[in-house]
Amino acid sequence: MMQGDQNRPGSVAGNPSAMQVGEEAVISITDMNKWYGQFHVLKDINLTVKRGERIVICGPSGSGKSTLIRCINRLEEHQQGSINVDGIELNNDLKNIDAIRREVGMVFQHFNLFPHLTVLQNCTLAPIWVKKMPRKDAEQIAMQYLERVRIPEQADKFPGQLSGGQQQRVAIARSLCMNPKIMLFDEPTSALDPEMIKEVLDVMIELAHEGMTMICVTHEMGFAKTVANRVIFMDGGQIIEENEPEEFFNNPQSERTQLFLSQILAH
Amino acid sequence: MAINDNAKPQGVVHAGDLPDKPAPIATEGAVAWMRDNLFNGPFNSILSLVALALVLYVLPGLLSWLVFNANWSGGVEACRANPDGACWPFVGSRWEQFLYGFYEKSERWRVDILLVMLAIGVAWLAIERMPARSLAAIFMLFIYPVFAFFMLYGNEALGLPIVETSQWGGFTLTLVIALSGIVASLPLGVLLALGRRSKMPIISLLSTVFIEFWRGIPLVAVLFMATIMFPLFLPAGVTFDQLLRAVIGVALFSSAYMAEVVRGGLQAIPKGQYEGAMALGLPFGKMMRLIILPQALKIVIPGIVNTFIGLFKDTTLVLIIALFDLLGVVQASIADPNWSVRSVPYTGYAFVAIVFWICCYSMARYSRYIEDKLHTGHKR
Repeated sequence: MMQGDQNRPGSVAGNPSAMQVGEEAVISITDMNKWYGQFHVLKDINLTVKRGERIVICGPSGSGKSTLIRCINRLEEHQQGSINVDGIELNNDLKNIDAIRREVGMVFQHFNLFPHLTVLQNCTLAPIWVKKMPRKDAEQIAMQYLERVRIPEQADKFPGQLSGGQQQRVAIARSLCMNPKIMLFDEPTSALDPEMIKEVLDVMIELAHEGMTMICVTHEMGFAKTVANRVIFMDGGQIIEENEPEEFFNNPQSERTQLFLSQILAH
Repeated sequence: MAINDNAKPQGVVHAGDLPDKPAPIATEGAVAWMRDNLFNGPFNSILSLVALALVLYVLPGLLSWLVFNANWSGGVEACRANPDGACWPFVGSRWEQFLYGFYEKSERWRVDILLVMLAIGVAWLAIERMPARSLAAIFMLFIYPVFAFFMLYGNEALGLPIVETSQWGGFTLTLVIALSGIVASLPLGVLLALGRRSKMPIISLLSTVFIEFWRGIPLVAVLFMATIMFPLFLPAGVTFDQLLRAVIGVALFSSAYMAEVVRGGLQAIPKGQYEGAMALGLPFGKMMRLIILPQALKIVIPGIVNTFIGLFKDTTLVLIIALFDLLGVVQASIADPNWSVRSVPYTGYAFVAIVFWICCYSMARYSRYIEDKLHTGHKR
């Protein structure tokens, strides 16, 4: 399943000079805990993300990695600890939540495009209704981003008429239309057919090269090796290991990480 | 699995596209249609033949009674002379009453204007090519009802003599009750459905109690309560129009059904749609209005129209609180001793059935058309 990962992002030479990491922290998570009922899903999470950082989170299913990034834009509520996004404290204040969601874009495993709207309308909806942008401007910006994800010709189609890879690229463009400072990717390629994974990864790699702050939950280890400047391994609701990709893959410290890597890289 | 190296399969390559061949058996045309739909198996073939026999058994008599052997002209005498056919002159001589009820004769032009406006308005909204359809919708939903009320009821200041609601009747009354019910029940139903799904326990409880209360009692009981019990709770001297009470009763009754239909649609929307909308920063109201409700309502169009049709037919129940809708007026007319002919009651009821069927079937057809139009290709 994971074979040939080293070739997949292909053309991109991991050129770090274009991917500057700033000093300032855009996300800081301190001692965060979350429970589903009695079940402790996230345990003492501490994570700081600097501007321009590209973080890949991996781990076995049920390890809490999706839950963690969904806490960042309040799709899930945490019960203890603090999350601060771009200087805004994430608490029950709806104003703060809305402000954070405007800064943070999210791409889902199942795209979550709006099937009753065209591709263009999917992209212009939030700029028009959340940012109060005039329709003309919103459409112009949407077309720019659709061009960047290389599907401007599909603008007037409905999501149901596109392939999975195209839908995911629309979803990325839709998020970018809000001009977010941070992008969260929740297993963006897991629901795609193998031949479509590359087209989505290529878009994500481009985004990384433009300096976007990204947190990606993914099993695409090739992507992690080329683009990430930090890989986080989670298991059982906690962060087990955190390192630069080269160290992480060549010299994993914890036994659980070694086991996980051997399982996904073995075949 | 053992691999035999000696029997290594040869690689096979097909260069170029294979040509399209015609299907071996016809898949289009009348014969193919009949084979696929009527005679695709012994059981279906028998069913088709039985159904055909039934149609052949009933249809000639029905057509003969309704059309070929019916009385189309003349008066009572003609109908009395030929009792084996419908007596359409009866409908011809009474159609004004069927349409207006006991509405003041000199004021019936007011109803005419409203009916013409209604027909134009509905056509305007239904035909996609018409310009300014959203303006027309606002007019029909907000301005027309107020205008219609003043036109029907009258207003001395405007120089329109008052016509009491007790004089309203016939098809006009059917339309008044049905349309008020339809226009009120959809938004109320949506609010109740959202309320029932709300995370706030009080709102959810109140909505649930409201829905289950109205769903749990028969419409006849609602109408009786509105007519007989409700005035008992009002202070002396305060009166509340009989028709208005009936309309409110019908609207609340059908809004409870509508709420459950809409709730079904809301439950069919995947969680991802909410998350996609929230992640983009859409607040709750906009998320509901722009993302969730358009999809949920689209899914339940058949259920919504079903409720509308049910409501339209249920208006005939106002007969029991002495309001004369189309059925009531027709029923009163067939008792007329001047028209005491055996075929007259049948003709009257057949006429009512035909009118109701045309209205309900039009709604059904239009809903199918809307479903097809809103279909955006995510079904296979």
